Amino acid sequence: MIHEPAAPVGKDPAFAYKRRLGVVMFIVYGVIYAGFVVINLVEPQHMGDILFAGLDIAVVYGFGLIVLALVLALFYNRACGRKEAELSGGKGKART
Amino acid sequence: MSILSVGLFVFFVALVLALSFYFASRARSASGYYAAGSRIHWGVNGIAFAGDYLSAASFLGICGLIATAGYDGFLYSIGYLAGWIVALFVVAEPLKRLGKYTFTDALDAKFNHRGIKLTAAISTLVVSLCYLIPQMVGAGVLVTPLLGLPHYAGVIMVGAIVITIVATAGMTSTTYVQFIKGALLIVFSTVLVVAVCVRGLSTAPDQGGRVPFKQYRTLAATETNGTISAGEAGTQVVKVAEAKKVRFAKLLKNGTETWWKVEADAGGAMHLQEAQSVVSRPGGARLVNGARESRENQLGQVGNMEAIDGKTGVSTGSIGPFKLLALIGDPDSRVRQWKNAKFADGQDKVTVYYPVLTPGNRILRPGLNFKVEGTPLERIDFASLMLALFLGTAALPHILIRYYTVPSPAAARKSTIVAIAAIGFFYILTLFMGLGAMTGGVINLADDNMSAPLLARSFGTFLFSMISAIAFATVLGTVSGLIIAASGAVAHDILDRYAGVIKSDKQKVAVGKAVAFAVGAVAIVLGIVFKGVNVSFLVGLAFAVAASANLPAIFMMLFWKRTTGRGITASIIVGVVSSIGIILLSPTMYEMYGLDPALAPIPLKNPGIVSIPLSFLAIVVVSLLTRRSGIANQEADG
Repeated sequence: MIHEPAAPVGKDPAFAYKRRLGVVMFIVYGVIYAGFVVINLVEPQHMGDILFAGLDIAVVYGFGLIVLALVLALFYNRACGRKEAELSGGKGKART
Repeated sequence: MSILSVGLFVFFVALVLALSFYFASRARSASGYYAAGSRIHWGVNGIAFAGDYLSAASFLGICGLIATAGYDGFLYSIGYLAGWIVALFVVAEPLKRLGKYTFTDALDAKFNHRGIKLTAAISTLVVSLCYLIPQMVGAGVLVTPLLGLPHYAGVIMVGAIVITIVATAGMTSTTYVQFIKGALLIVFSTVLVVAVCVRGLSTAPDQGGRVPFKQYRTLAATETNGTISAGEAGTQVVKVAEAKKVRFAKLLKNGTETWWKVEADAGGAMHLQEAQSVVSRPGGARLVNGARESRENQLGQVGNMEAIDGKTGVSTGSIGPFKLLALIGDPDSRVRQWKNAKFADGQDKVTVYYPVLTPGNRILRPGLNFKVEGTPLERIDFASLMLALFLGTAALPHILIRYYTVPSPAAARKSTIVAIAAIGFFYILTLFMGLGAMTGGVINLADDNMSAPLLARSFGTFLFSMISAIAFATVLGTVSGLIIAASGAVAHDILDRYAGVIKSDKQKVAVGKAVAFAVGAVAIVLGIVFKGVNVSFLVGLAFAVAASANLPAIFMMLFWKRTTGRGITASIIVGVVSSIGIILLSPTMYEMYGLDPALAPIPLKNPGIVSIPLSFLAIVVVSLLTRRSGIANQEADG
C-alpha cells in the first residue's frame, strides 16, 4: 500500500515558527507543572495554606494549571493563525 | 432498577447502534474506516477528543478517588489535563502532517523501517489493552445499580455492543458517538455540580430526605488485664483482632456478631466505635454487618462532615462552589472518612470498614493517598505518576489516531484546543462531584468507582439514570476508539505495512473488523478478571506504558536529527518491557497475586520515572551507534 497522509497536506511555510513557539510554550508550562510537583514533594504541608477566599494553595495552583493550559492554548492558536495568514499572503486563512 | 433507568439505557444503546448503522456506508474504504475519511470538523473532533479522553477512569475513577482520598484524586485531573499541552504544542500538527491511519505511520514516515512498524504496532496493542481493562471494569461497575445485573454481564454487554459499533462503521460512528457522549457528559456533570451546591453541606446528609442519615454508635469500654468489656448490657466482646495497628472487637448481642473499632480518647478513656464488616465464610457464605448478605442487606453508604467550620449539627443550605471548597477545606471542619482493614478470624476472612475523622485542611491538599510526606521512595513514586500523566496523553494511540480524522494540521491544532477547554472544564467539575460524594453520604464502601453515579442517585432517579447511561456510553465510545487503534495496528501496521499480506483496501477493512472482534473478546475477559480495582489507578498505569513506549520515540523523531529507525525501535522495546516489567513486579501487583506486597522486588508502584528515561537513553545510544544507516535513510528519503 502507498504510504501517504489520509488527506493531502500541502507545504506549511509557518511550520518552523509554530514548532519553535510550541517548544517554548511546552517548556513554560512544563516548568510551572514541575513547580507544582516539587512543592507537593518538598513542602506538602504548605499546599494546605489558605491563599484567598478560604481556598488553599493546592486548589488555587491546581485550578490555575487547568486554566493556564487553556490560556496558553488560545494564545498559541492565535499566534499560529496569524503567522499562517502572514506567510500565505495575508489572506487571513492559511493553506495548510 | 427502575423503568426510567432501563428506558434511558436502552435509548442510549439504540442511539449508538443507529449511528453505527447510519455511518456504515462511509466505512467501506480503509480511509473511511480508520480515519473517518479525514472529513470531521475540528469542533466536532475536539468534543470527540473529550469524549475519547473522558473515559470511565475520568468520570468513575477520579470522582471515586476524590470521594475517598480528597485532593489526591484531583491530582489525576491536573495531570491528565496537563498532558494535552504536550499534545498541542509538540505532537498535534506534526503527527497530522506525517501520519495516515495510525501513530506508527507518523513514527515511520521518515524511516520506512520494518522494526518501527512491528514494535510501534505491538506497543499500540499493549497500551490499548492496558487502557481497555479499566474501561471494561467501569462497564461492569455501572450495570449493577443501573440494571441490577452482575458485573460480568456489564462487561460482556459492552464488549458485544462495541464490537458491533466498530465492525459496522469504524472511526466515523465512533467519532459521532464520542461527540454526543462527550457533550452530554459535560452538560450533565455541570447539572450534578449545580445540584450539589444548591443542596449545600450538612453534618447529617440524608440524600435530600431519601435515605435517613445513620449515626454510627460509640460504646464506652474498659480494659482489664488485656480483656475488653463493652459498657452496654447484653453486649459481650467475644474476640479482639489487630490489623494495620488498629484493634477491632467482635461484639455479640442478641445472637448477632458485629465488629467495632477499639479507640482511646486523649484522656485515655476507652470506647468502641461502630464499624461495618463483611465476613466471608469457608463455604462461600457472606455476612454483612453480622447478617447474611442479601439484596436488602448490603454495606451502608457512608461519608459525611462531622463538623463544618467547627460547628456540629448544621446544614449550610445553598452555597457557591468556592464557598463549598472553603468550608470543606477549613481547618476546623472534620470529614468522616472510612478506611478498611482485612484479617482472618479463624477460618473466616474479615474486612472491617471503620470511620476516621480527617481535618478539612488535610482533605484539600495532597497526602491522603499519595505519601508525599512519606519515605523518599514514596515521594519518588508520586513524582513518577505525575510525570507519566504529563507525558502519557500525547502517546495514547486512540487519542493520536483522532488527528487523522480532520482535514488539515490547523484543524488538528484547533480540535486540540476545543478538547483542552472541554476536558479542563470537566476536570474542574470532578473535584466538586468527588467532594459532593465524600460529604453526601453516598460512598459505596465496596467500590469507590460508583461514587459519581451514586451521588447522582441522591438527587433522584432521573439524574442517576441519565448520568449512568452517559457513563455507559462513555465506556462504549472509549472502548470503540481503543479497539479501532488496536485494529489499525494489526491490520494496517503489521499485516499490510510490515508483512505485506494485505492485497486490497477492502481486505484491510475486513481484517480490521476481524481484529476488532478478537480484541473485544480479550477485553471482556480482562474486564471480568480485574473487577474491583480503582479504574483511575489502572489508567495511570496505561499512561505510564504509553509515555515510556511511545513518547520518547515521537519526541526524538521530531526534534533530534540523529534519530534512526533502529533507535526508535530500541526505544519502544525498552519502554514497553521496562514499564510493564516494573508494573508486574510492583507491590500493587503482588497484592493482586495474593502475595505480600513487601516482598515485591521493585518497590515502585508507578514505573514512569525509570522507564521513560530508559526509553530516551535507548533511543540516543542506539541512534548514535547506528547513525550511518540513519543518515542513509534520510538521504534515501530526500
